Amino acid sequence: MADDLRDLIIVGSGPAGYAAAVYAARARLAPLVLEGAVTAGGALMNTTEVENYPGFSDGIMGPDLMDQMRKQAERFGAELVTDDATQIALDGPVKTVTDGSGRTYRAKSVILAMGSGYRELGLPDEKRLSGHGVSWCATCDGFFFRDQEIAVVGGGDSAIEEATFLTRFASRVHLVHRRGELRASKVMQERAMADPKIEFQWNSQVVGIHGDEKLSSITLADTTTGEERELAVTGLFIAIGHDPRSELVRDQVAVDDEGYVLVSAPSTRTDLPGVFACGDLVDHTYRQAITAAGTGCAAALDAERHLAALSQVQSSATPTSSPPATSAQTPAATPAGQPVNA
Amino acid sequence: MSVTVVTDSTFDTEVLMSDKPVVVDFWAEWCGPCRMVSPILEELSTEHGDKISFVKLNVDENPQIAASYRITSIPTLNVYSGGQVVKQIIGAKPKSAIMGDLREYL
Repeated sequence: MADDLRDLIIVGSGPAGYAAAVYAARARLAPLVLEGAVTAGGALMNTTEVENYPGFSDGIMGPDLMDQMRKQAERFGAELVTDDATQIALDGPVKTVTDGSGRTYRAKSVILAMGSGYRELGLPDEKRLSGHGVSWCATCDGFFFRDQEIAVVGGGDSAIEEATFLTRFASRVHLVHRRGELRASKVMQERAMADPKIEFQWNSQVVGIHGDEKLSSITLADTTTGEERELAVTGLFIAIGHDPRSELVRDQVAVDDEGYVLVSAPSTRTDLPGVFACGDLVDHTYRQAITAAGTGCAAALDAERHLAALSQVQSSATPTSSPPATSAQTPAATPAGQPVNA
Repeated sequence: MSVTVVTDSTFDTEVLMSDKPVVVDFWAEWCGPCRMVSPILEELSTEHGDKISFVKLNVDENPQIAASYRITSIPTLNVYSGGQVVKQIIGAKPKSAIMGDLREYL
């Protein structure tokens, strides 16, 4: 059975979701936050020291920062549910979100803050050797590669951060990047370039992953000449970017070619009334904890304004008036397979 | 029953020689995803501890056992029965998925 009709449900719990929860809770919207079963806290849960979040002059551990945000949201009355959203229906005035245990929640507005998930190389043996040398989490697994030769794939901030972190353990870290220069921020580049343990494999792409029980080597192809070479490594850390986790809503709200949810910036409004989106689910440009928190805050304020307008419409309308004013903007077609709301 | 701690020195008696199947949670303080799994194991231990034991091993403090079972990623859950690894679950998963993986032991 469905729950009571709430004002707001927030799906996701990185800096965007928790910032939205703090603001919405302080606005007395009593938001329900679906944090995610194992992804609660978001991408920062897999990082170590966060040095660029304003207000922490000595840096703060990613999981500790998220723990603080979570407590802050809870303190003001956000209701936190540590479970995944498995179904989301956004059309119409009453939105529904179903969690992993099959419980369905109903609300007048929803903030989408599902963030992004790591991208895979898409190679045949990647899955099989995952957990046996192939990894997406340097902070989790780096420890096991003490005095070994390993590789990191990628050229952005997270790849450089991982490579630098992994030099604590590994004897040598090969940084494999398909271009001849890095995308990462200057300060991180300088740190990596100065590190004697990091060796750059420029213009290189991983085209093969080898090993029986565990990873033993990778094949690299030169992106300019196509020439292939073997690199003997026992660890391969993949940091080639992220994809928005918009699977559940892609057929309901407008998204771009890559699946990022589109909003009418500078607001966080999607093309469905009462549905707002923030954080890495929306942003493929900045992708920082602080920008995610910033848009999370904006989403809460947008939702608050939307709810205030709704209650004005409702109080000025006659009791029999229907459909509600907001439905004028909803698309006529309901995607197949999506539950239709009343 | 709550999740008990095993070490390099108690592993043989508490895991390999146990009458019941044992789930060993290989974890460490610095592992974010491990923090998500440990409360799930506490719940499972309370709900199913009569049929299967749940223990945890800190890989930082007990490198020998982690190395001998070739753990290269945490969280890893190894299920031991009769002194052998009979199942391995790598990475943080929701409770429902872990329960699915452990179905035959619960």
